[in-house]
Amino acid sequence: MRVLLIEDDNDTAAYLVKGLGESGYVVDHAANGRDGLFLALDQVYDVLVVDRMLPGMDGLAVIRSLRAADNNTPVLILSALGEVDARVSGLRAGGDDYLTKPFAFSELLARIEALIRRAGSKDEQNTLLKVDDLEMDLLSRAVRRDGMAIDLQPREFRLLEYLMRHSGQVVTRTMLLENVWDYNFDPQTNVIDVHISRLRGKIDKQFDRPLLHTVRGAGYVLRGEQ
Amino acid sequence: MSFVANSKLFRNSIFRLSLLYTLLFALSVVVLFGYIYWATAGYMVRQTEATIEAETDGLVEHYRQSGLTGLYDVIRDRLSREATSQDIYLLTDKNFKPLLGNLDKWPQGEVSETGWLMFRLPPDRSRDGERYQARARVFLLQNRYYLLVGQDTHQLEKMQQLIRDAMIWGLLITLLLAMGGGVMMSKAMMHRIEAINNTCHRIIDGDLSQRIRTTGGDDDIDKLIQTLNRMLDQIELLMQGIKQVTDNIAHDLRTPLSRLRRRLDMLRIGGLPDGEQEELIDQTIAEADGLLTAFKALLRISEIEAGSRRANFAPLDVTALLDDLIELYEPLAQEKGQSLVWGKMPTRALSGDRDLLFQAFSNILDNAIKYTPDAGHIELALEDRQDALEVIVRDNGPGIPQALREKVVERFFRLESNRSSPGNGLGLSLVAAIVKLHHGTLTLNDNHPGLLLRIQLPRQS
Repeated sequence: MRVLLIEDDNDTAAYLVKGLGESGYVVDHAANGRDGLFLALDQVYDVLVVDRMLPGMDGLAVIRSLRAADNNTPVLILSALGEVDARVSGLRAGGDDYLTKPFAFSELLARIEALIRRAGSKDEQNTLLKVDDLEMDLLSRAVRRDGMAIDLQPREFRLLEYLMRHSGQVVTRTMLLENVWDYNFDPQTNVIDVHISRLRGKIDKQFDRPLLHTVRGAGYVLRGEQ
Repeated sequence: MSFVANSKLFRNSIFRLSLLYTLLFALSVVVLFGYIYWATAGYMVRQTEATIEAETDGLVEHYRQSGLTGLYDVIRDRLSREATSQDIYLLTDKNFKPLLGNLDKWPQGEVSETGWLMFRLPPDRSRDGERYQARARVFLLQNRYYLLVGQDTHQLEKMQQLIRDAMIWGLLITLLLAMGGGVMMSKAMMHRIEAINNTCHRIIDGDLSQRIRTTGGDDDIDKLIQTLNRMLDQIELLMQGIKQVTDNIAHDLRTPLSRLRRRLDMLRIGGLPDGEQEELIDQTIAEADGLLTAFKALLRISEIEAGSRRANFAPLDVTALLDDLIELYEPLAQEKGQSLVWGKMPTRALSGDRDLLFQAFSNILDNAIKYTPDAGHIELALEDRQDALEVIVRDNGPGIPQALREKVVERFFRLESNRSSPGNGLGLSLVAAIVKLHHGTLTLNDNHPGLLLRIQLPRQS
């Protein structure tokens, strides 16, 4: 998996290059927008991580130029907090996801994985999701595990759907709030944990093999053994 | 006065203004005296001419009635009576040979068509050693005699001289007074502005407690000084606020940072059993995350307080938003055995920032669930007010002592009793900032027992 990092701050860049490298990614780094755009157009990457404020050429301008050139590589925008309407304008410019500095590395990693996964499964209109012996039929909205029907509340259904779509990857609490509850905010307590434990009670409790795991310091992962 | 002081005076705007006024004044003095000169001198010339004309007419009349002898008598009489006067008489024959009069010979000069003549008086008729001009009328009597009647104009000239002198002196005095006044005025003004300047410099140098002294009056400069002083008071107040916040931040972040450091130290020393080391790392990461969260909240609060997020405002359904909120928090309340009641009402629209409002209500509900004891009771309600919607959250928890209800919205302020529970003391600060961004009000009251919290939000922000 190849990642292009366009970031002008050397410390942040070195930290991310090292971290992503250790996580198995091949990382190219450009320190300004112009070089970044040139690399992005010249080479094939699985995901771009673009800082919003860049010398020479602004991060959003890079993304716009990229999209104008019909390049649809998923883009994760990094931004310092306090930039007006940063999130909305970032996504409007063609970014796929958005992360505000300061962030935890695990959060960045989880989002990059989600972007790569989403790009890979874009045209698959799969109506049946399957993880191990857990199945979800998106049309009839039925969930079963090992043949046993599981009754879920609408929100629990959305939560499980998201986890199943990202099975094998770590999803953070913020990702869940943004994608399942559709609100972008920072809860003061881990209110998500309660929902997860309820869901766990329904899909894991009666089975000897747990599928929904907590990843300490990061989030959750739904992972089967098969 | 040294050159420096001089140039300083010239750079003074008041002095420059008074210089301009001096020039205008001088100009008006010149115009005024010019008019007086023109009017007075003109009048005197006309007066002289009228006298001469009347005298001439009288003499001619005499000649007609009593002939040359009669004329002789009258002229002689006049001459004897007014030997030293300014009147001039001369009777000559056809060839300008003097017959009678107080001029030795016919004067030089051209006679105008109307019979007037200007000439310079001979030396024997000079006054105060000066030879004056004379103005005279010439009359031809029956083609045989020339009669010249005139007046020397020394009085007129003297008058003109007087007016001219008065004008020059007037001009000089005006200029001197105006300049002197200008300098004095500018010095007084300079002194006052200098005082403002000096105080400002001392403030720039760091002493914010300095204030500009007023003269006790209420002119515009004093008013300016009062306004400046009030502004300085406000700045000082804000600075104190910032200082307090900064001190709070430093104080409240020091504890987790030193904990973080201690844990890292322990990890470096090493020698811990495997499980414990893992746990220590997790705790350290959690501590760092907590710090990051606190900083993020701080930045968000200041971002919201800057008001730039208002551009994101859009109509939203508050009922739906609160539905989502209840749905998110209900399991948390249930875990604590608390009853969470939502006095639901039909759709109510509001203009605002969806994510921020959700953040604000979630912070409040979070607090309510956290601080209300197990099996407690929490109630959320939405009510219509005139031009506003009111979100009410009440619980039967410990509440907030009245004296501290205003302090809890300050950054990092936490009730002593809650110090041990998780949280960073920024939750309600964020709520207050969000409510203020929406032009709403946040009030905390006693719920007897517990906390009664009201948020009023105008429908149109």
